[in-house]
Amino acid sequence: MSTPTRIAPDAPARPVGPVRVQRRLPRFAPLGLYLGGVALGFALSALTGFSLATAVVYGVVLGTLAVYVASRAVEGRRKATDRLVTSLVTTAFGVAMVPLLSLVWTVLDNGLPRFDAAFFTNSMYRVVGEGGGAYHAILGTLVITALATAISVPIGLMTAIYLVEYASGRLKKSITFFVDVMTGIPSIVAGLFAFALFTLLFGGGVRLGVMGAVALSVLMIPVVVRSCEEVLKLVPNELREASYALGVPKWRTVVKVVLPTAIAGLGTGVTLAVARVVGETAPLLVTVGLITGTNLNPFDGRMATLPVFAYYQLTQPGTATQAFLDRAWTAALVLIILVMALNVVARLISRFFAPKTGR
Amino acid sequence: MAKRIEVSDLNIYYGNFRAVEGVNISIEPRSITALIGPSGCGKSTFLRSLNRMHEVLPGARVEGKVVMDGQDLYGADVDPVDVRRQIGMVFQRPNPFPTMSIYDNVIAGNRLNNKRMKKSETDDLVEKSLMGANLWNEVKDRLDRPGSGLSGGQQQRLCIARAIAVEPDVLLMDEPCSALDPISTLAIEDLMTELKERFTIVIVTHNMQQAARVSESTGFFNLNGVGQPGRLIEFNPTEKIFSNPDEKATEDYISGRFG
Repeated sequence: MSTPTRIAPDAPARPVGPVRVQRRLPRFAPLGLYLGGVALGFALSALTGFSLATAVVYGVVLGTLAVYVASRAVEGRRKATDRLVTSLVTTAFGVAMVPLLSLVWTVLDNGLPRFDAAFFTNSMYRVVGEGGGAYHAILGTLVITALATAISVPIGLMTAIYLVEYASGRLKKSITFFVDVMTGIPSIVAGLFAFALFTLLFGGGVRLGVMGAVALSVLMIPVVVRSCEEVLKLVPNELREASYALGVPKWRTVVKVVLPTAIAGLGTGVTLAVARVVGETAPLLVTVGLITGTNLNPFDGRMATLPVFAYYQLTQPGTATQAFLDRAWTAALVLIILVMALNVVARLISRFFAPKTGR
Repeated sequence: MAKRIEVSDLNIYYGNFRAVEGVNISIEPRSITALIGPSGCGKSTFLRSLNRMHEVLPGARVEGKVVMDGQDLYGADVDPVDVRRQIGMVFQRPNPFPTMSIYDNVIAGNRLNNKRMKKSETDDLVEKSLMGANLWNEVKDRLDRPGSGLSGGQQQRLCIARAIAVEPDVLLMDEPCSALDPISTLAIEDLMTELKERFTIVIVTHNMQQAARVSESTGFFNLNGVGQPGRLIEFNPTEKIFSNPDEKATEDYISGRFG
């Protein structure tokens, strides 16, 4: 009974065990096969008149095919399917990375020439050719974004608290629905809204920094509401109950238990919402306009902002075209750095404010 | 300090669903009252209705009377927040506040209510409460560390310390040992026996040995079937319940012939 009868006596010796033993490709074989396929694809493309696009397409298809066929022959169907899907997913990731890397490279390449001290210390006041900088636009962006944050965070956070802690039934559903709708508002509509609002209040032709802040708030509030809502929902109900059971009223429970517990997520959400609006162009174009000098008072006349600055440098270059283009690229670079810095800040917030386990 | 609670004709609802019906019970001061019964029979729901924690859930409501020393806790002019200051609660899962240190957790009840206290007073209160919860010796050197760094049993005793630090009259415990190992359970049972000198204690438990060990009186809850409201079948001294219960259902449940 103990002798396996299915294996013929002259079969080659194989390790006998309860688990089926499977042949596998050598460790680096799939990668080698894939690269081989890619090389073949490039060669094929070169034969038919080389172009990068066809070369990449041929290469990827042939590489994937090579891995699949080899795996199918050696390892069997299940493993081959696994390898096929792995290469498809990896290819998709590569495709997604191409525009990002290309964008970062182009912006660095074109933006670095003017990434100098003058760019950060000079405004465009009385500059018509070379030189000048975005000092006024950087500060303007910071002022207007700060103002927009000051408007959006209280409204958004309190809406989120209302939705999670107090609202119920149809009112809650309709608020959630309209917040979702607001998330999808095109930014130019937000700009026109602020424009129309301030025209009604102060008459036509008015241009103020605060108008831009209001327009950005319209875009920012739904983002803040949604992210804060998700974070507040994550606070365990047990903590609220623990607080109630100590005889703590509901509002104190929210302020002193729920919010501190969620502070890391709230900070992250708000920071990402800021990053979302800091590069908005259209609403600022119609509400804030642009000036060449430095104006830091959002309640008095036009202001400069980085996106609008970049836009006008690009579309209305003066006689020294290259200087204007360079400034546009550098403004774009500064914006990207700003957004990246905000994302880093968000990560730091979520790390340092997270509740400590103390183990 | 300890108070008597009289419950008469209490019906408890979740929306339109009647979860518990017709409970009449008298909870004696300075004693431990245990509530036993199968899952879903309304023990915890009943317990939460005693300090008006039940109505925290949307749609939940209560009919009937819960009278503590002559005052109806569900009276029109009674603020549920004040009820909860008199009747503290310990939950099934230990739930120390993760943002607070051990020290701050103990005085959370006072601090969250903005009660002003001198540093020496709070120090005394923290020491007294942690002593009362049998936790002082284990944590006295690390009061500034987060409460969530303690073991499960220590966390539960921290929650008890937090509950008794606000000096309630009654302490409700909802399966306080179900997430704990036997040694931590023993520590908490010993603690309950000490605490009953000062508090009225009501405990919900699935562990019948625990009910038999610690309680003076035991109430048995049961329900006729799924979707039916739970009922208090029998309420008697613990000795009687476990040796010679009045009801057949109680005997079946205790001897394991049920479910």
